[in-house]
Amino acid sequence: MIRIDVAKKLHGSEGSMTLAVNASVNRGDFIVIMGESGAGKSTLLRILAGLEEAEGSIAVDGEFWQDQGTKLAIQKRSVGFVFQDYALFEHMSVKENLLFVNHDNVFADELLGMMEIEGLAERNVQRLSGGQKQRVALARALMRRPGVLLMDEPFSALDPRMRHKLAEKIKELHQRFGMTTLMVSHDVGEAKKLANRVWFIESGRAKEYDTHYLEELY
Amino acid sequence: MIDMTPFWLSFKLAALTTLILFFIALPLAWWLSQTRAKGKPFIEALTALPIVLPPSVLGFYILVALSPDSPVGAFVESLFGVKLVFTFAGLVVASCFYSLPFMVQPLQNGFESLNRHMIEASYLAGKSTAETLWRVALPNIKPALSTALIITFAHTVGEFGVVLMVGGSIPNETKVASVAIYEMVEVMEYGKAHVYAAIMLGLSFAVLLGVYMFNHKQKNSMGVV
Repeated sequence: MIRIDVAKKLHGSEGSMTLAVNASVNRGDFIVIMGESGAGKSTLLRILAGLEEAEGSIAVDGEFWQDQGTKLAIQKRSVGFVFQDYALFEHMSVKENLLFVNHDNVFADELLGMMEIEGLAERNVQRLSGGQKQRVALARALMRRPGVLLMDEPFSALDPRMRHKLAEKIKELHQRFGMTTLMVSHDVGEAKKLANRVWFIESGRAKEYDTHYLEELY
Repeated sequence: MIDMTPFWLSFKLAALTTLILFFIALPLAWWLSQTRAKGKPFIEALTALPIVLPPSVLGFYILVALSPDSPVGAFVESLFGVKLVFTFAGLVVASCFYSLPFMVQPLQNGFESLNRHMIEASYLAGKSTAETLWRVALPNIKPALSTALIITFAHTVGEFGVVLMVGGSIPNETKVASVAIYEMVEVMEYGKAHVYAAIMLGLSFAVLLGVYMFNHKQKNSMGVV
């Protein structure tokens, strides 16, 4: 279980506001985080990963990731992170990107197979399409077998067909690896398909809606 | 017969300076590219000083600092038994100050142009800062890296004022090519000066051409689509 109680001042285009999130996440939850641009959705993910400073505390299965000024190093958090812009290591091949994280050849091959990109293993990542890059990014994020998977609008640069395909893939991986997943998205359809809980971030606060309410709403 | 020692000294000095500066400038440039510390502009200004200062001013301060009467000079001499004034070792130290910005600035620009998320992805993969710098950041700024190395090397070969101030003109020790040419012109040996200057021109061009050709090949073979 993840206990989040964090606050951070954000300076956006419409002045400054405070992002204050107090919430619990159960093991195995798939939470889609929605809200307007600049609401602090990505910032929340980055705070969880340790990429961004914030006040307050985060506890994961009883272990404090941050609390009262102490902070667990990014490297020590059991987190997989998928960036909107893929952020692949551009000087490496597809497989090297995975092996850089964890030198487990067998697991890398398994993940490439699951993502249906085993044929691209030796290709330089600069020569991939957007959809292929995002699948590499996803596979790379799983290489450390993280307990928590954080995804920041992973589909935003993809065409609808690829979005659909990748969403299916993510659902499958989430279940197979028994992860806790938090994903930022703008797409209600995706939220309905993937999430068991949905958070809306509004005026710096996270409000939870259950997915049935979402069905009624849209 | 032409004495080639001054050229050998020039290139030895440039190679050593480039090598040493690479390891000094690398962490400094990385820190400057990543930090949000308030002191950053101060360090940046300090690093860039050798570009603006007349070589004689820089040379004068280094000369004073390295002399056996100064604490630094005395310390180095007592510890390593090495004199730093009017010696080759002193020239290397002086050159490292003189060429510092030419190594730091291209590296810093290179690091700053990197996708931040790629660096963060390396941390998220459990890698330390040093490993991230070496295995992710450096391989992705190859053009900036070779620029830094070439410019530092070339700039050190072309050094004159600082070398003259700190090293004087001791044959086989500190009399580098630029100083040798200056002396020939002073005693009006234009014929020799011509030969030396032409060799300097040819060698410098050949080195630069070699490196740029290597770079060009590198970029093409990377095959960015």
